[in-house]
Amino acid sequence: MAVITTKDLQHLFALIAEDISAQRDHLCELDGAIGDGDHGLAMDAGCEAAAKAVGALDTTRTAPTAVFNAAAKAFLNAVGASSGPLYATAFMRAGAAARDQPELTDDDFLRAFAAMAQGIQERGKAEPGEKTMVDAWKPAADAALEARQSGTPLPQCFDMAEQAAGQGCEATKDMTAAKGRASRLGDRVIGHIDPGAASAFIIIASITKFVRGVDG
Amino acid sequence: MKTKKLINAGADAVDEMLQGVLAAHPEHLYAVDDMPRAIIARNGPRQGKVGLVIGGGSGHEPTFLGYVGKGLADAAAIGNVFASPPPDPIMACAKAVDGGAGVLFMYGNYAGDVMNFDMAVEMLALDEIEVRTVLTTDDVASAPADQRDKRRGVAGNVFIFKAAGAACDLLYSFDEVERAARHANARTYTMGVALSPCSLPQTLKPNFLIGEDEMEIGMGIHGEPGMARERLGTADAVTDELMNSILKEMKAERGDRVAVLVNSLGSTPLMELYIMMRRVKARLDEAGLVIHTSLVGNYCTSLEMAGASITVMHLDDELQRLIDHPCDCAMFAR
Repeated sequence: MAVITTKDLQHLFALIAEDISAQRDHLCELDGAIGDGDHGLAMDAGCEAAAKAVGALDTTRTAPTAVFNAAAKAFLNAVGASSGPLYATAFMRAGAAARDQPELTDDDFLRAFAAMAQGIQERGKAEPGEKTMVDAWKPAADAALEARQSGTPLPQCFDMAEQAAGQGCEATKDMTAAKGRASRLGDRVIGHIDPGAASAFIIIASITKFVRGVDG
Repeated sequence: MKTKKLINAGADAVDEMLQGVLAAHPEHLYAVDDMPRAIIARNGPRQGKVGLVIGGGSGHEPTFLGYVGKGLADAAAIGNVFASPPPDPIMACAKAVDGGAGVLFMYGNYAGDVMNFDMAVEMLALDEIEVRTVLTTDDVASAPADQRDKRRGVAGNVFIFKAAGAACDLLYSFDEVERAARHANARTYTMGVALSPCSLPQTLKPNFLIGEDEMEIGMGIHGEPGMARERLGTADAVTDELMNSILKEMKAERGDRVAVLVNSLGSTPLMELYIMMRRVKARLDEAGLVIHTSLVGNYCTSLEMAGASITVMHLDDELQRLIDHPCDCAMFAR
């Protein structure tokens, strides 16, 4: 079993920034249908700032907790918007879950991942079914935790997470929105994927790719 | 097709605008050191006075920074285009205007703003600065009347901030400022219509598409869809549609006084706003309502979106006094 080091986490944040950047315009288009069309810009700015801040850390003397906290602060200050507090909270919760660990075991990393989902849900006060990023994050975390409980290796746990996130994201198409700007539009949002769930799916897929690289 | 804008680089637009604002209005505004997106009133904050902090995304100019000044807001926290400011500039604003009597946060009721301002409130509590929040919810198009707390705050902000700022300037207690701010919000009604889209400086692409003979009724001020898409009518017909919704909710009696704002969403010119104002006056006359004060122009915009909104504040003696109280901000003086 491999451990995940600070250096690995630098790689993870760079990977996320790259994948989000590639989908920037697509996310803006999704948002344009039911919001103001800037979700791709916000996520791109936030992920790039997080990757940059994390990349600048001295890997020999920075613990994973500090990496997540640096990502949280950078993301928040670059973005604001709704995604700022949601992802900043996610990264801070991941940092708290990784506290006192010089490196992360598979189980530590999975705990950090589940803490991100939990943080997003609590900050946004959203439940599944409300057409938000929680519709991707929560099923993903649940699927990974459940798989792990039956002794599944980490990469396969994240395969399950990615699959669940994809399904959750797709399911937002048929939902009306209870949170955010889209919540004022009633039935007019039906038929459109929630852009927050779409960016969550991209990030979860990046994490899955990362875990495969470390552990596969 | 790309839209045309007089910008340098999309990513620099907000900060360069703020530099221009400070260059234009040095008698009203300055920025906190090392925090260029925390804009403070020169002559507003003082000991013993409740501090009023407003804020939100850029792209709505002169909302929010234009309403920072003596007798109005003490500070504005500025976000990216159509995006809430993060907690850092919000906290910097609160600290700069804290006069020991409490700090009131007021902003339109958008999820991103709520989360960022709430995070700032949590962190300010550690510094023992007492903060309360009053959300503005004047957009009648954004939720039914029985769910007023879900509505957006839009152009009515101008009157609501004005009333709250006056209450602060008159040295009302924290409780009284909060009450007056809620009272002002509860009696303010706005509805808008969009005719053409806006585009973000970073993308230069229209935020939505709309047919050449169509209008979007109840449009959001970020270009998000509204209540319905309809065939564009005459100025009178459109004004009537907006005024019908507002008057229905207001439940005013003959002889009541109102403050009126006919607001451009960015690219609709004064000619069209005054044509609408003429009809607003006719409708108010018909209902027996008296215009105590009116504003016509660009007060809460959505970049270059074409369209307009109408706001009516249903005055009572207290609100009339607060609206009439002297103020001096970058956008207007009384």
